[in-house]
Amino acid sequence: MSTLTALARAEAVAAGRAQPIATVRHLHVHPDPLVLVPVVMAGEPNAPLAALAGRDRAAPRLLVVAQPRNRDLRFAFAAELAEIVVGYAESHIGPSEAVAVDRGRDVRHRYLDAPQVWVPNPGGVDFLRLFGRSTRFRRTDGDHPVPPAVPLLGRWLTFLATQAEVPGSALLVAATQALALHWATGQSSAEDAQLGALLGWIDPGPLTGPEAARRAEQLPPAGPATDPDFDNRVLAPLLSAGADPADALRDQLLPTWDLMWRAVDLLRALPPGARVAGRWDADRDAFSGYVAHLRDTGTPQPRRDSAVAAAARLHRLENVQARYAAQRAFDDPLVMAEHRLTGEAFEGVVTHAKADRVDDTGKRPVLRPRLIVRTAEPVRASAGTALTCPDRPSQKATVISVTPAGDETDVLLELSGGMGRKLVAEPGSVPAVGDTVLYTTLTEAYRPGGAFPEPDRTPWTHGGPPAPPAQPTPAEAAEEWA
Amino acid sequence: MTDAVLDRLRGPGPARRHNARTIAALTANPGCTRRAVLDAAGVDKQGLAERAGHPAPFGQSGFALSRGNAFEAQLKADSGRLLRELLAGALGHDVPESYADLGADDDATLTARHAATAELLTGAGAALVDHPLLSLDVAGRTVFLEPDLVAARVGGRFHVVEIKSFAIVDGQADSAKVSAAAVQAAVYVLALRRLLGDDLVSHDVVLVCPENFAFRPTAVVLDVRKQLGTLTRQLRRLAGVSALAADLPPGLSFDLALPGAELAAAVARLTARYAPECLSACELAYLCRHEATGTTAALGRPVREALGGVDTIGEVLELASGARAPGPGQEEAAALLRAAARLRAAAVGL
Repeated sequence: MSTLTALARAEAVAAGRAQPIATVRHLHVHPDPLVLVPVVMAGEPNAPLAALAGRDRAAPRLLVVAQPRNRDLRFAFAAELAEIVVGYAESHIGPSEAVAVDRGRDVRHRYLDAPQVWVPNPGGVDFLRLFGRSTRFRRTDGDHPVPPAVPLLGRWLTFLATQAEVPGSALLVAATQALALHWATGQSSAEDAQLGALLGWIDPGPLTGPEAARRAEQLPPAGPATDPDFDNRVLAPLLSAGADPADALRDQLLPTWDLMWRAVDLLRALPPGARVAGRWDADRDAFSGYVAHLRDTGTPQPRRDSAVAAAARLHRLENVQARYAAQRAFDDPLVMAEHRLTGEAFEGVVTHAKADRVDDTGKRPVLRPRLIVRTAEPVRASAGTALTCPDRPSQKATVISVTPAGDETDVLLELSGGMGRKLVAEPGSVPAVGDTVLYTTLTEAYRPGGAFPEPDRTPWTHGGPPAPPAQPTPAEAAEEWA
Repeated sequence: MTDAVLDRLRGPGPARRHNARTIAALTANPGCTRRAVLDAAGVDKQGLAERAGHPAPFGQSGFALSRGNAFEAQLKADSGRLLRELLAGALGHDVPESYADLGADDDATLTARHAATAELLTGAGAALVDHPLLSLDVAGRTVFLEPDLVAARVGGRFHVVEIKSFAIVDGQADSAKVSAAAVQAAVYVLALRRLLGDDLVSHDVVLVCPENFAFRPTAVVLDVRKQLGTLTRQLRRLAGVSALAADLPPGLSFDLALPGAELAAAVARLTARYAPECLSACELAYLCRHEATGTTAALGRPVREALGGVDTIGEVLELASGARAPGPGQEEAAALLRAAARLRAAAVGL
């Protein structure tokens, strides 16, 4: 928790409503998202009980497993969910655009749109991951055949849940996390995990934030776990009488359904950050890649990543995480303010500038302007550190020296790049004396991937080469499901 | 003497007994006098919260309960045949076929069952002992532990076996549930060691859970040394309940038959230490949360620390705006808060 966000929480307590911790929206909000509110049967390993799903807030579709321990009903639920989720995902397979890769030496295609699924909370993401795991190895032939859509649903759910681990990805969104990225409430993060209480603080209507949050605590939980009291007093009698629990379950899920669309609306109303579209491009790439995989071999994702795949994935996630943090700060002065507070960024005024300085000590002369920036903010950079100015992202500023100047600090910087090709800087590409500038150690520059062996050269220390991806075996397809 | 005081605090209702979960919750917040005294007196905290006007939703789904029971029954059927196989696989030792169940949820037989447990465990008796009744020193008093475990004698040492109904899928399980199970198992290890000595009870406990999506059990070994260390430390930190109870006014009572307002006033006499973690661990959490309104502690430890450990929201905002001069030792926190307020104002005002 940064002091800035903590202060916003304190301000929220005093104001009686949530306070913004972002000035722009940091995720893509789809014009036509799919909202999904799943609940599971208590005590069962990932047995679906019901779900509300759909793209039209006025017409949610209720899926119910009337007897959660009945295998056939469970696969019927999966088939129905597949119709919705797979149908929605495939509806985005359409026109594509060509994207240059490998510095223009190659080209790949990506679809102009991609799906976006919303669930209430990280528990919803976990449910989809496990439901994907329990359905993707099923087969449509053999001793335990399932409807053809079921294993396809499993692959799509696994894809979405895996993407949800990528920082900044918006293919599968947990509403509580998306909201908490933009607002600080006057309650703890444990209480923020309840969608209703969180929205109560953000959008309390005529009530105060705490009043609205307390009232929301009386609503049914947003899943995937049910309210034990509902289980004991309503659901259990219905199930043991063999009655249809659909109406009771709809009543439990509808409040969350409404909250979900309010969350989508609230976020959509924020202006998007400049780099949000770029991250959605990456999501469209991932979606297009997965569609290609399904058309190619379509093998299900393995139970566990192989050693090389896991190492490469971890490395990639770390890079994406660093880039995402930098991008949010570059897009949003309020996020950048957190880094200024810790000294990872500082704002100051240019007191000296030599824009035409040329370094001719090397083989050929190069343009290397120098600036002195005076700042009252903490500076954690030291000589040799490379800094970036968010207004000039392609220009590198290397710290030459950091000198105290009374209560303030003078930072001497040497600039390279982003000034045109000549030995004279393009107008405006070098800050002038009197300009207020901001420099930070954050960078969104591309980082090279790690050097990992090819999967078929995995050393024995890491289990040796993994088995090639394959269609599920009959044993996998017949896995028991209590 | 103390028992009489504690019985008087509770009133005529039956005493609630400790179990591994309540001890884990107690040691998670050792500074909370309210919980320490009420637990020691065996007060029905859920009832108390309700009567005092802040009921908290604490309950377990009957579905989960019956599923858990069915899972356990399957393991223990036929003198624990399935459980023995699993333990043999997990611990790499044969488990002889001998099974003793001491189960009987009855207060009147506590002392007798505790003696029987001691006899069974110290003697050469059974390899699997179900529902042993153990005791532990908590806050200066000896408490009996609600029996809900199997002690397995394997290779000359006892292992605590925790049977849980959450699933282990492809070797992974919900980490919050696993760590809660580990802490509870550690409580039982401590209690067993109290009876048998440290050497005879292993720090390796066995967690038995359903595997993947089936009802079939699997067993994994957990090393709970870290949890044991934490528990021992926290138990030592728990102030003696006798001293706490002695400081209370003589007429104080938590008899649920009293009027709600009187009960609320009585609860207020016990100092609580609220943290958001209490919401999932203590029946009185809503009441304490209500009391803690306006404190930084109510926002959670990370927030409180990020605010420099300042106690109240009012003080934080005054320090941040410069309206209040920092007290001794607060200078650094105040400077950070002022800088944060300045940066926030500049960015939000854009």
